[in-house]
Amino acid sequence: MEVNRRNFIKTSGMVAAGAVILPPFVQSCQNAQISNTVKSYLDHFEVSTEMLQKVIAEAMSKGGDYADLFFEHKISNNLGLEDGKVNRAYSNVDFGVGIRVLKGDQTGFAYSENITLDDMLNAAKMAANIANSNASFNAGAVNEKMPANYYNISKKWSDVSVKDKVPFVQKINDKVFAMDEKVIKVNAFLNDETSYTLFYNSDGRLTYDYLPMVSFGVICIMQKDKQIENAYSARSFRKGFEWLDESVIDELSNEAVSRTNILFEATKPKAGEMPVVMGAGGSGILLHEAIGHTFEADFNRKGTSIFSDKMGKKVAESFINIIDDGTLEGNRGSINIDDEGNDVQKTYMVKDGVLNSYLHDKISAKYYGVDPTGNGRRESFRFIPLPRMRATYMEAGQSSKDDIISNVDYGVYVDNFSNGQVQIGAGDFTFFVKSGYLIEKGKLTQPIKDINIIGNGPQALADISMAANDYLMDNGTWTCGKGGQSVPVTCGLPTVLVKKLTVGGTNA
Amino acid sequence: MTKEEKYSLAKWAMNHALENGAQQASVSISNNQSSSVDVRDEKIDKLEQAIQSGLTIRLFVDGKYSAHSTNRMKKEDLSHFINEAIEGTKYLSEDKFRSLPEPELYYKGGGKPLNTLDPNFSKVDPQEKIDLAFAMEKEVLGADERIISVSASYYDGLNERVMVTSNGFEGDSSNSYFGLNASVSVKSDDARPESYWGESAIFFDKLKKDGIGKMALKRAIDKIGQDKIESGKMPMIVENRQVGRIFGPLISALSGSAIQQKNSFLIDKLGKKVVSEKLTLTDDPFIPGGRGSRLFDGEGLATKKRVVFNKGVLETYYIDTYYGKKLEMQPNGGGTTNLVFETGDKDVNGLIASVKKGILVTGFNGGNSNGTTGDFSYGIEGFLIENGKITKPVSEMNITGNMLDLWSNIGAFGNDINESSSWMTPSILFEGVDFSGM
Repeated sequence: MEVNRRNFIKTSGMVAAGAVILPPFVQSCQNAQISNTVKSYLDHFEVSTEMLQKVIAEAMSKGGDYADLFFEHKISNNLGLEDGKVNRAYSNVDFGVGIRVLKGDQTGFAYSENITLDDMLNAAKMAANIANSNASFNAGAVNEKMPANYYNISKKWSDVSVKDKVPFVQKINDKVFAMDEKVIKVNAFLNDETSYTLFYNSDGRLTYDYLPMVSFGVICIMQKDKQIENAYSARSFRKGFEWLDESVIDELSNEAVSRTNILFEATKPKAGEMPVVMGAGGSGILLHEAIGHTFEADFNRKGTSIFSDKMGKKVAESFINIIDDGTLEGNRGSINIDDEGNDVQKTYMVKDGVLNSYLHDKISAKYYGVDPTGNGRRESFRFIPLPRMRATYMEAGQSSKDDIISNVDYGVYVDNFSNGQVQIGAGDFTFFVKSGYLIEKGKLTQPIKDINIIGNGPQALADISMAANDYLMDNGTWTCGKGGQSVPVTCGLPTVLVKKLTVGGTNA
Repeated sequence: MTKEEKYSLAKWAMNHALENGAQQASVSISNNQSSSVDVRDEKIDKLEQAIQSGLTIRLFVDGKYSAHSTNRMKKEDLSHFINEAIEGTKYLSEDKFRSLPEPELYYKGGGKPLNTLDPNFSKVDPQEKIDLAFAMEKEVLGADERIISVSASYYDGLNERVMVTSNGFEGDSSNSYFGLNASVSVKSDDARPESYWGESAIFFDKLKKDGIGKMALKRAIDKIGQDKIESGKMPMIVENRQVGRIFGPLISALSGSAIQQKNSFLIDKLGKKVVSEKLTLTDDPFIPGGRGSRLFDGEGLATKKRVVFNKGVLETYYIDTYYGKKLEMQPNGGGTTNLVFETGDKDVNGLIASVKKGILVTGFNGGNSNGTTGDFSYGIEGFLIENGKITKPVSEMNITGNMLDLWSNIGAFGNDINESSSWMTPSILFEGVDFSGM
């Protein structure tokens, strides 16, 4: 994606920017051959390759081993509906550069919200202090790295006005109200986000990305006699305005209404350990919490993960393949290039039941002597990159969903979740079930709701005894938090049986 | 930016909005400076330093409403930003409940100083910050052969904010914070339990600097051998620093938006007894040095001291201007300040001694509460109590129930309030909680 309007920096995204093309402020007189695309990014941030080289030289001036600059300009827009009308809008513009210096595995970091040479040099000087000798660094040739393209879009959010977005939010409200007379309130939102990033490091690598994102969701609130219940449905993608259509509205409305309806009949199960059938899709939260975080190599490098020292060992049944993938077309978790300028992959964490790869950032890849996996991600220029998940899922198995359910004498089937958590060292992970069903004698019976399920990561992984042929990616608005940083992710799963987890509930 | 520069830019932005199509506007400008040092393996792991600023503008245009923020603070950029925001707002639906607050409810100055800012904030020597982090690490290194990893960090920050509105409010506030954290991982068979401890303060001189590393190590070692026990209904003591997790849903249920949007289990409960008569809670914005102390809220409304629960009777909701109009209630501030609990006469050890068989909860792991019904389920870890004594560590268990039942079954409040938070929670003993384990 090319960006060619310096003027865009100033806009809120509330109105489509006019097709005004201003001459670039900075004449990018280059010392190496660079593409027009990367030049458009340099112009967008009003920097030249010479400026980048000066800032990197300052960052390396105290003897650092490595330094990088991460420029980011992010525009977020939110439309909200309450009490029947699209009656609120919020927008945010964030702009700046993060400067990081590494000395061994030590990190110096500073950022500046002003991208002038003086401000950047000041920030570089602060970050440089992680090292404490004097060194001279001569920036080598600029080496442009072309990112992949995992999100093709035809209509950029920056070209879409509030006026064009409002009808979709209004329609979803009207649709939900029309579907069920128990509906008493509807909340709906449409968020879009556009980020431009530019990356340069002390190896001379110069790269960039354009990251679109849309999230569209609805909360349905229903009343039956005195009982009030609500449920939520949302989708999120790295896609453009062309993604929004009637079918999305139908899908979300149906899901929100049916998820709310089931709650009127739902109860709590009996407390204790029991088999848990995880339905296809959002149950991928199991992988994210039970396994994903503990495979992030910063924890393993420090020896604090329960999976430290398990590389190459059998951790699951041999039909199990678990993947963390940043390359899925239009997926919320996909990235064209990671935030350390490295290629993104489809990474097999578990292959044929054996622990195959951790998820690496630059520091951990160097520590383990392996190639980076493209998992170095950051919330924004205000934060340092860390090993983070992208889209985490398990490949389909051989069984059918019905086979799996019929295998359970007494247990629960769960397929709708709100949140989860894990303790990296102890391995205890949890996920909160918004709704599901009891399984009695191989059949789904009573609906259940609002229970937490807790297990231990390595044990749960070893206890996945069946997987169905119905793999499904969940394209909800999943956001992962770690070290105070949030990044967008997704998760997916075929229907699986976990032999035993501890299910919240009541005691007779 | 100095305070005067912030006021001047905020008024400029507000006037720019009023001259370009907005009938009312409010603008706030804040800036923050912060630094942190993390140490690990007797080396600095990470040094960070940051200065940031931002402007937020709330616009009321032809009966329509929007709010916008940016960190691009040059007037040239702001001018485009505001103009486009106003244009976009015109495409929204009208909302007759949107307006700035009634001017008579604004804070008008003259409040007593709240001591939320350390005047010596910038005088702390950067080397002293690093030394403090290393000192915490040193308390722990070599103290136990089961230690796998120790990390320690120092952090500080200073926030300053000014706000102006087009119907006459002007106000500014500032606060500082300093903190120390240590975290320790230890080896036990296959697991690697980890724990942490931290202290924080508004004034550097008041920051507790000793014993943090030792406390983190003790809490990690105490977890060795943790395991689930049998499911059952038992008393539960929740440690003071952890109470916020199960008290939060009660506070969320009191917000104007939750009440008006039917996402609360406390609708139509004003003046009614909803929880145990042992719960008396006051919201006091005026405690000198309190973490939540403030003279005005986010809209500029003057804060007031008020009782939230009086012997279990619900006395107030938290109502901002918008939901006040929708609910036809008087706005009284949209959020909590300092929450002060009426305490009991025992500390956490005294509460433990009073329990025959139960669980002391020292940490939560995931879980959630349904805002509409108050049904909750949370993962927990902690310790089994038998005959008034802690006998073993437990983990991988859930508690499940309903918020109104839980808070109606209070056994006793402790007297050990958590002073490092604006919610000054004591440890609390609850009766008859459903635990799920084996």
